Amino acid sequence: MLSSQVNATVDGGLNQDTLRREARRETWKAFALLSPGMAVVCLAILVPIGWLFALSLFDEQGRPSFENYARLVEQRSYIQTFITTFQIAFTVTGVCIVLGYPLAYMLSQLPRRIAQIGLICVLLPFWTSVLVRTYAWLVLLQRRGLVNTWLTDLGIVSQPIAFINNFNGVVIGMTHILLPFLVLPLYASMRSIDKDCLRASLNLGASPIAAFWQVFLPLSIPGLVSGVVMVFVLSLGFYITPALMGGGRVVMWAMRIEQTASLYTNWGAASALGVVLLVTTLIILGLFQWRLGSRAAAAWNAR
Amino acid sequence: MTRSSLFAVVTAATMVAAPAFAQQSITVSSAGGAYQEAQRKALFTPTAKELGITIKEDTTTGINDVRLQVAGRAVKWDLAQLNGYECARGAKEGLFEPIDYKIVDTTGIDPRLVHPEWVAISYTSLVLIYNTKVYGENGPKTWADFWDVKKFPGRRALSHVFSPDMLSVAAMADGVQMDKVYPLDMDRALKSFAKIKNDVSAWWTSGAQATQLVKDGEVDMASIWNGRASALVADGAPVRFSYDQAVLMPGCIAIPKGAPNKALAMKALANFLKPELQADFSLLIANGPANQGAFSTGKIPPERAAQINSSPDNAKKQVLLDPTYWADNLVTATEKLNEIMQR
Repeated sequence: MLSSQVNATVDGGLNQDTLRREARRETWKAFALLSPGMAVVCLAILVPIGWLFALSLFDEQGRPSFENYARLVEQRSYIQTFITTFQIAFTVTGVCIVLGYPLAYMLSQLPRRIAQIGLICVLLPFWTSVLVRTYAWLVLLQRRGLVNTWLTDLGIVSQPIAFINNFNGVVIGMTHILLPFLVLPLYASMRSIDKDCLRASLNLGASPIAAFWQVFLPLSIPGLVSGVVMVFVLSLGFYITPALMGGGRVVMWAMRIEQTASLYTNWGAASALGVVLLVTTLIILGLFQWRLGSRAAAAWNAR
Repeated sequence: MTRSSLFAVVTAATMVAAPAFAQQSITVSSAGGAYQEAQRKALFTPTAKELGITIKEDTTTGINDVRLQVAGRAVKWDLAQLNGYECARGAKEGLFEPIDYKIVDTTGIDPRLVHPEWVAISYTSLVLIYNTKVYGENGPKTWADFWDVKKFPGRRALSHVFSPDMLSVAAMADGVQMDKVYPLDMDRALKSFAKIKNDVSAWWTSGAQATQLVKDGEVDMASIWNGRASALVADGAPVRFSYDQAVLMPGCIAIPKGAPNKALAMKALANFLKPELQADFSLLIANGPANQGAFSTGKIPPERAAQINSSPDNAKKQVLLDPTYWADNLVTATEKLNEIMQR
């Protein structure tokens, strides 16, 4: 009985073998199409990174050693730079969420055409170079800049506020540059949230606030996570903006890489810094994937 | 198409047509910008004409480029212009060809800056500049004044963890006599640096940034390169600077090891250092000539000589940065400076 049923199923799928073969062939074809790209990725990314890693294990005389890594632990200035880098990255990501989430929410609720105009405004800064934008902030925020002149003329403050050449300056400049990286994926995910879910929750007696917290927010998490990851990882490697807006008082990891590359005669010294940044970034990405990725995926599946 | 690029194309075409001429060219790398433009007009073009060769140009950000070319056995530069201490370091690492001083005449060049593998070609000074709107005519004149935050309150800017000039200045601020700055008492200079560290509002990493800080009144006094300082004065900014206690930093030139046209490079180098060409160079830009003979060619009027950082009168007021000291101590000093900076 049982065997006849099995036979029937197999008989029912007469062309199953052919289909499976087709599927396999398609997989191979897709893989063949991918392979040039994979080869390029391998050559252009994996090989140099491997080389970077290898370089970091040699000292100034070209002997294998852990000297380059030992230095990072022994000298307090490197540890301090590492801490500063993370403080900046966390703060910038936080400010981006606080500014970006309401903005993306508003844009997602607007009629499509008006939202597009809003999106263009978000994207507009992308078309100007980071260097130019950073200098523009310097002009606006310096002690005798536009903002401080207004504030003092209006009598709001008696002394110019120190916006730049400190931690604040770096956060302001980096937030401005990184905000679109959070808003865009967030907006895309918010747009795709089914409005019927919200309607249903309201129908079932949820207040608008409850509907937002219990339905909209969880559904927007995947977009938020991808935005947050992008902003956080990008800020770890920022160079120009902290160098200029920090006025040398805020030293980030990328600035140390540059300094080390020209200070030491061996590339290993700077390579070690690069490896540390890369490994840290990968660990953070892994953590995000582990802690938030599953939740994000769950939110998607629940949908 | 501009005339010069048309000229370049014609030159290139001629070179293709006549390969015999194509060998007669050298490549010189320099710092770019107004500095290299002045070199082109005063040194490169006349030399190319005189020797009947083509001088191609490239720009460099420092010794790393040379290190990369030599290590990769792909040397494309015949002459490289660098900072003095970079030349001294490069020589230690064996990155350069020896200079043939039978061809290159160094009369008139400070003997402290004539080495087997490199020679000075010009000078840049690090000067103290202050805002006359804030301090009138009696602003800080010495580094001790700069360090004295009670006598001269106000906002300050210094160069960012660049130990050679920073520690020279810090030593003078602590009262080290100018002729005793080198060999440097590093610990004393570092202690002096620690004293001013918290009173510095901004640390600049480029000449443009220093200019912006001073010009916009973000800081009231700063250390700055003399070329940038002169440009600010020429622009009518309310600032004043002098060469008193400035740090005279030599720029140098060397032939990277394995350069394709060594012999020709040697001849060109000899020409670059001639007093006449050096004089022409100093008429175009504030970076003074390495060859003191330039001042006796009659080409430099006395009022111009008074502005040039390496003229005999001005050089006396300054401390010469010792490139060989920094070849040995750059890493230690910079890392110690970083430690204090981030404390």
